[in-house]
Amino acid sequence: MSRRLYGLRAWLWQRLSAVFLALCLLVFVLYMSFNSPSSYQQWLNWVSNPVVNVIAVLFFFALILHAWIGLRDVVIDYVHSDAMRLGVLSLIGLFLLANLAWVARVLFKVMV
Amino acid sequence: MANNKNRPIFLDLKRIHMPVNAVMSIGHRLAGVMLFLAIPIVIYILELSLQDPEGYQQVKALFDGLLFRAVFILILWFLAHHFLAGIRYLLIDVEVGVEPAAARKSAWWVIISAVVAVLIFTQVLL
Repeated sequence: MSRRLYGLRAWLWQRLSAVFLALCLLVFVLYMSFNSPSSYQQWLNWVSNPVVNVIAVLFFFALILHAWIGLRDVVIDYVHSDAMRLGVLSLIGLFLLANLAWVARVLFKVMV
Repeated sequence: MANNKNRPIFLDLKRIHMPVNAVMSIGHRLAGVMLFLAIPIVIYILELSLQDPEGYQQVKALFDGLLFRAVFILILWFLAHHFLAGIRYLLIDVEVGVEPAAARKSAWWVIISAVVAVLIFTQVLL
C-alpha cells in the first residue's frame, strides 16, 4: 500500500483526526465553562503545562491534516483542470503549512 | 466523465426540492471551508493572548467589539454544525442511523442542535 495520502488511507485519517479533534474540543469547552482562566498568568500556566502544550501541538497538527484532506476533496470535486488543481492545492498546502509553523512557534515559545 | 457529456443536467435550484439530509450535508462542507479560513484567526487570538498581560487584555477587549462578536458567533455556529454533522457521519460509518427515516431525523437533529448549542455558548462565553 502506498504511503501517500489518498483513497482509503485519507478517508481513515480524516476520521481518526476527527475523533481526536472532537475529544480535544470537548475538553477545551469543559475547561472554558467550569475552570476558565481569570488572569493572564493562569492562562499562561495552563497552556505551558507540558501535557496541555503537547496535546495542543497535536491538536493543531490533526487540525491541519483534517483541513488538508477535506479541502482537497472539495477542490477535486469542483476544480477539473489539472493545472488549476495543482495551483489551488499548492496554495492551500502552503497556507496550511505556514499556519502549522506559526502555531508551533506560538506554542513552543511559552515552553521556554 | 468524458464520454458522458450529453447526460441531462437539471440545476434549477428554485425547483429542486432539497431533502434535509442534503441541506445538512452542504452545511457541513460549507462550514468546513469556513473553518479552514478561520484557522489563522484562531492562531492570531492564541498568540496575542499568550504574548503578555497587555495582549491578554486586548483579546478580552476584542470580544466586546460588535464585529468581532459577530464573526465569533458565526465561527461557533460553523464549528457546532461541522462537529455534530461529523458525529452523525461517524455513526453512519458504523451503520448507526443508515435507514432513510432515521437519517432524515438525525439531519434535523444536527441542524437544530447546532443552533441551540450556539445560543447556549453565547450565553456562557460572551
